[in-house]
Amino acid sequence: MNILQKFEQEQLLKHSEGKVIPQFRAGDTLKVWVKVVEGTRERSQAYEGMCIARRNAGFNSSFTVRKLSYGEGVERVFPVYSPNITIEVVRRGDVRRAKLYYLRGRTGKAARIAEKNTWNKTGSAK
Amino acid sequence: MRTGILAKKIGMTRVFGQGGEHIPVTILLVDSCQVVGVRTQDKNGYTALQVGAGNPKLKNVNKPQRMAFAKDKVDAKQKVVEFRIDPSAMLDIGDVILADHFVAGQFVDVTGTTIGKGFAGAMKRHNFGGLRASHGVSVSHRSHGSTGNRQDPGKVFKNKKMAGHMGDVRVTQQNLTIVSTDTERGLIVVKGCIPGCEGSWVTIRDAVKKPRSAEAPFPASVKKIVSQTLNVADETVTQEKESSHEG
Repeated sequence: MNILQKFEQEQLLKHSEGKVIPQFRAGDTLKVWVKVVEGTRERSQAYEGMCIARRNAGFNSSFTVRKLSYGEGVERVFPVYSPNITIEVVRRGDVRRAKLYYLRGRTGKAARIAEKNTWNKTGSAK
Repeated sequence: MRTGILAKKIGMTRVFGQGGEHIPVTILLVDSCQVVGVRTQDKNGYTALQVGAGNPKLKNVNKPQRMAFAKDKVDAKQKVVEFRIDPSAMLDIGDVILADHFVAGQFVDVTGTTIGKGFAGAMKRHNFGGLRASHGVSVSHRSHGSTGNRQDPGKVFKNKKMAGHMGDVRVTQQNLTIVSTDTERGLIVVKGCIPGCEGSWVTIRDAVKKPRSAEAPFPASVKKIVSQTLNVADETVTQEKESSHEG
């Protein structure tokens, strides 16, 4: 392991300590609680939508969550290990692709994803 | 003015700040950064420290260099630079400068040599727009266009931006923030990017445009080496013997 990898590994451990990052993949519906600071007050804001992509790159891992907000498609990219977010898996989707970019051109019925049969509430499916 | 540090660029990554915000950082390695020579007002007419870093293979150090290191009883270094300093910030030869010479939050200037791009056209080198894709333009879509007027002035002015060699120049990035330091492993984490490729040498100094940080150690964060095992002295002695033998 070179110096850079070691540094990133330490950062990863530091930010995943005392925090449960559930297993999830593209197609899953996620609820991401984002810490928002308003003046001196801090609160959590939920952002719920479908995970359409996940980038696995160690500490630099990120995922994209897409949702429809007032009829307009919105996508947000979150770093997996960000201390500002808490991830909650709402529903597991049954998909055969790693990146669901094809959903961008679809709305409503066409943008549905079937639910996975082996759905396990503890989040430890597979 | 304190001395600077000679470090090696390791690469870029990210860290999360206090508020969870993403900070892009460059990691620099301070590897056996040592004072290998001093320049004083009396002797040399100016005050400076020669600082070296890196552990070279001895066969790659030329003889005059080796003799110079041996004379001052310091280990041979891969790279040596000079830092102008205030006489009050003088250090002794052999002092090892540690990464916590800089403290988190302080501003630094980092100097390095940018990545060479070779002979580059005007579009890449000076962000020119090039010519149009159609409307009669032939062969010269990426050319720089006109370089001047007509018979008056009848010449191309000096410093006209044209194609030419790009990169491989010494560049100083000013006012970068130190995010953290790690003395044990000799790491300095600096916010933002730094000129040069990974593995290249850079010098880090206190920012000239900001007041010196109060927490930063003065004259420097050093480790004194009491009894050092030299890799130079023995070698030079044997070398001398050999040469005398030949003579």
